[in-house]
Amino acid sequence: MLDQTKQLPMGVGVGYKSKHFSNISEGEHPVKWLEIHAENYMGEKGAAGGRPMAQLRALSDRFPISVHGVGLSIGGEGRLDPDHLARLKHLIDEISPASFSEHLAWSTHDTGPHSGYFNDLLPLPYTAKTLARVCDHIDEVQSTLGRQMLLENPASYLAFAESTYGEVEFLRAVVKRTGCGLLLDVNNVFVSANNLRIDAYDYIDAFPHEAVGEIHLGGHDEDQDEDGAPLLIDSHGREVADPVWHLYTYALATAGPKPTLIEWDTDVPEWEVLASEAARAALRLEQVLV
Amino acid sequence: MRQQDFIQAALAPEAPVPTGLITPSGAPATRRFDVYRNNIIVGLKEAIAASYPAVKSLVGDAFFEAMTGDYVRAHPPKTPILPLYGADFAEFIDGFAPASRLPYLADVARLEYALRQSYHAEDTCPVPAAEFSDPLLFTRQVVLAPTLIWLASAYPVTKLRRFALDGDRPSGGAEDVLITRPGYDPIATAFPPGTIAVLDALRDGMALANAAELAPSDLDLSQFLGTLLKGGAIIDILEGDHDD
Ligand SMILES: [Fe+2]
Repeated sequence: MLDQTKQLPMGVGVGYKSKHFSNISEGEHPVKWLEIHAENYMGEKGAAGGRPMAQLRALSDRFPISVHGVGLSIGGEGRLDPDHLARLKHLIDEISPASFSEHLAWSTHDTGPHSGYFNDLLPLPYTAKTLARVCDHIDEVQSTLGRQMLLENPASYLAFAESTYGEVEFLRAVVKRTGCGLLLDVNNVFVSANNLRIDAYDYIDAFPHEAVGEIHLGGHDEDQDEDGAPLLIDSHGREVADPVWHLYTYALATAGPKPTLIEWDTDVPEWEVLASEAARAALRLEQVLV
Repeated sequence: MRQQDFIQAALAPEAPVPTGLITPSGAPATRRFDVYRNNIIVGLKEAIAASYPAVKSLVGDAFFEAMTGDYVRAHPPKTPILPLYGADFAEFIDGFAPASRLPYLADVARLEYALRQSYHAEDTCPVPAAEFSDPLLFTRQVVLAPTLIWLASAYPVTKLRRFALDGDRPSGGAEDVLITRPGYDPIATAFPPGTIAVLDALRDGMALANAAELAPSDLDLSQFLGTLLKGGAIIDILEGDHDD
């Protein structure tokens, strides 16, 4: 049986950055929980130690923690890296987080001349074959960790000619087969909808909200596509855009309240800026809580 | 599309977009594929820049950009643990012809990586310094902390690093360097060439008293031992005598 008892508190969290350690530990703020990137707290030989682990232990005594993986390569063609899965289990066992999540993407390739970890969330086609593989990988993760995981919808820049499922349909099938939960990244929905010319509100309408354990909000950048039209880039380097706040409000109205995270990973701002983004989210969340 | 083809094209800036990757209107996704190309390379280069600030400062931004671009394409990370990416960057620099005018550059990279490794290394419990007042202990095998790292350089590598980061003029010659981590911040201490023979011997199981005999004549043994103890570098003393 998968442990489904753990969950994030119904409030707003932020992606933890070490430069904010004392602001988070000492100040009054709207942040109720923290998300960390699993791979920043792993060692190659033996466990990770030093200041990063000491800070994480101190924070995990005071805040519920969401462990967010970026390196499992759930959508990879090859098998999951057993060493990496073991490191993840070690971290999860030590921190005992409120939630573990990963991405519908791949990032590692382990055969041929170009093998390695490519530090990006790379896209996969949605077919019967990739569905079976993703489900196998999630089964393996959940049985190794002994708990349910959340799977996050990606930010897409392109489409695959071979895809036979829509993304929401694919995610629904994964949930049904594996019993995993979902992490709904509202900024990713907005970015993908613009880039793939689909309707973001339709996507939210179709989403299986009963499976959603967490929402992500983050900032995006704007570039240009092949025809000079806007191509949005999921950069996590600025404030959440106004239309994404609208889409978030719509998602809450549709799905009810969900624990919500502000992601800000590049050009990380002063704490006050991040805390005010968290306060904006908390305000919207409170409106659906009453 | 095979993921092999995706990666191969992503790492080669001039390669055509793999077939089957399309825009909403069904055309080849050229600009869109470049987003992944760019994300992969920029992200990996940033990870290297974060680990090697002194190397970057010694060669300048433009040179560092070009050098790390070549490096990340040829040596992507072996694991997803990005804070430890770049273990073989020094070796790469050794073979990177445009950097051959800075023969010490690879050693500065070695030192920076060792500091990073020590920073992230597993926490252990050091043997309390008081226990070393018992002379018997010098006949025992010791276990060294994972935070303790050492290297030898033909250059004044700790001074070159400080020059790169703070502008102090480097001077002097070859150094053996000990990296220890008292608390959470690793420090690099320079010792006379030949010193690391003592550490190699300790690691291989020789007792302290015997290993100390391998020290170069100009090594201040009490300063050396003091650096080890203050740095929490000895984490266990094994039972029984060792006279090998
Ligand atoms: Fe996200």
